[in-house]
Amino acid sequence: MRGRNLPYLLIAPAVIFLAVLFFIPLVQTIALAFETRSGPGLGNFVRMADDLNFHDAVVNTFRFVGLAVPLQLAAALGMAMMLRHLGKGRDLVLWIWTIPLGLSDLAAGLIWLAILNDKGYLASLLFHLGIVSEPQSWLTYESPFALFVAVVIAEFWRATAIVIVILVAGLQLVPKEYAEAASVFGASPWRIFTRITLPLMKPSIQSALILRTVLAFEAFAVVIAIGGRNFPVLVSEAYNWQNFNQEPSVAAAYAVVVMGLSLAATALWLRLLRTPAEQRG
Amino acid sequence: MKRRTALRLSAALLAATLATGEACAADLVFTSGALAPVQEAQKMRTIILKDYIGTVSFLPDEPPAMLTRLRAEFQGNARVSSVVGANDGDLAVLAPTGALAPIDDLAAQLAGRGFAPDLMAMGKLGTEHQMYIPWMQATYFMVANKKALPYLPAGADLNALTFEQLRAWGEAVQKATGKRLVGFPAGPNGLMHRFFQGFLLPSYTGGVVSTFKSADAEKAWTEFAALWKTVTPNSTSINFMQESLLSDDVWIGFDHVARLLGALEKRPDDFVAFPAPAGPKGRGWMPVVVGLSILKDAPDPAGARALISYLTQDTTQLITAREVGFFPTVRATLPPDLSPGLKMAVSAIQNTGGAKDSLAAMLPSGLGAKGGEFNKVFLDTFQRVVLRGEPVHEVLARQGETLQRIMTDANAPCWKPDPASSGACQVK
Repeated sequence: MRGRNLPYLLIAPAVIFLAVLFFIPLVQTIALAFETRSGPGLGNFVRMADDLNFHDAVVNTFRFVGLAVPLQLAAALGMAMMLRHLGKGRDLVLWIWTIPLGLSDLAAGLIWLAILNDKGYLASLLFHLGIVSEPQSWLTYESPFALFVAVVIAEFWRATAIVIVILVAGLQLVPKEYAEAASVFGASPWRIFTRITLPLMKPSIQSALILRTVLAFEAFAVVIAIGGRNFPVLVSEAYNWQNFNQEPSVAAAYAVVVMGLSLAATALWLRLLRTPAEQRG
Repeated sequence: MKRRTALRLSAALLAATLATGEACAADLVFTSGALAPVQEAQKMRTIILKDYIGTVSFLPDEPPAMLTRLRAEFQGNARVSSVVGANDGDLAVLAPTGALAPIDDLAAQLAGRGFAPDLMAMGKLGTEHQMYIPWMQATYFMVANKKALPYLPAGADLNALTFEQLRAWGEAVQKATGKRLVGFPAGPNGLMHRFFQGFLLPSYTGGVVSTFKSADAEKAWTEFAALWKTVTPNSTSINFMQESLLSDDVWIGFDHVARLLGALEKRPDDFVAFPAPAGPKGRGWMPVVVGLSILKDAPDPAGARALISYLTQDTTQLITAREVGFFPTVRATLPPDLSPGLKMAVSAIQNTGGAKDSLAAMLPSGLGAKGGEFNKVFLDTFQRVVLRGEPVHEVLARQGETLQRIMTDANAPCWKPDPASSGACQVK
């Protein structure tokens, strides 16, 4: 009994934990989303799509994911490569870069709100430098573009660290000998990066992209802190329907949509960045 | 030896944990959708409840979260709360779920306190039985910074302001300062929907639901959209007007007394308080009632009754008025030594109710779980007409359909100032 069943016994607590606190609520949420007064149906989804904020929420969410995730990946790649060339102080730099990881989403959102609002640090600085004559309101419904940029900046600051950590770990597994060999044959640093380092980092880029895309679709606290109701995204609309409109079933419909998008994004990255079987360790 | 000590220690710890657990369970749990801001909750715990004979755990929350928690207690069959204190509208959401116990006997027992009869009648929530005892009342009014007074249009009386004059005032302030300094609490936790339901629409149309699509309503929204041009764009983030008044972001603001009092108390010399403006049909205003109910199968029904009796004594009611700015529901004369801020609030409320053209608009009732959706109709109309500039006529037609569906689904009869209806209230 011991030898054979032991592994199952050991993972049992985790399985039970996930089943009770994750799987059951998931099934309940899906059931709730399809439950209408006239039996199971798509009524909640129709109400969701009919709402005046739905279109904005979809557009904002996709814009947000579409801009924040590539920016974060590019920045994190650059930072990971720079880190590779550091000798002394590498750990210190990595440590500083990952500080935002230790902050809650909401705290990060509030920090950026304090910087960017019309009486915030940025406005005061511009005022003292004489660039603006009086406080400017950027984060209102009248300036949706500025609002969008502010949300992207805050998310970029907060969540790039996790991408760096994953990419740094991946980069450490890439042997330096390949790059040295290529450079002996006269390859430029850019060519080495695009032809050798990048392809070898594919598995870690894939993990980072999956993680970031899914979390960006679920972005909530940063968005709500900076944008409030002026910048609806899918998850904040789910919250509004549950909390203010007291309609859990429409909120559940939103949750199902977000889940569908997350699954689709994961499948997409798994397919696009597939690592051939012979390359897998 | 060591091991035994450890054992003993853990046994002692366990006993201590159990004991405190028991003490907590013995407390009367008072869940509240009112007095949720930290300062008010603290005053409730340390001052208002101080002389109560038992121990009370006062657990306030924002109304939606409070409703969700009570629903969870009820559905999970894990009763913790005995008493719930909430706005009339929120108790109306709970009543149809069977979460509240009828308290006719308690109402009879407390009859000698001198409750205002119409408030007591509201406590039936449209049923045969008394579902709550009126606990506190309040309303909404406006506060202006004295710096704005020089720009008041000629001939305008602050206590008899019209919407037209408010717009002219806002424009004059904007012209002089270059800034939009009128404010409305249209943030996510703000009470903007009450402004439409209790002030703007009754003032222009004399109704709320039945007149929703009328030509008068079109005029109300069109003129409000014009007024909005003088309103600070930060309004859609304002939840508590007192903060914006104190930071000078807003010079002329509308809100609930409990969300204005902080400014009046802190800098009484800088502000004036006055009734909300009037429209062609009168000075619409909404009295707010907060009630106390006992939950069905409450863990401590006797304690719950004692607590409600304590909170509706005239001495407690006066302390409540002084500390948190909600006014008595029983016959009680306010003491002359009120703070200047509170005095201003009281006189603004009296000027509102006592105005010649006063037109009281009741809180929505009979909507049950549809209350949130009902509010959304008004907020969506606001967003479409005022913030996005969509054509008024089409928006009202579309939102009117939604409103009618809600009224029909809830089978809610009209409430004042709409004329009484036999069945569900009809959007005409």
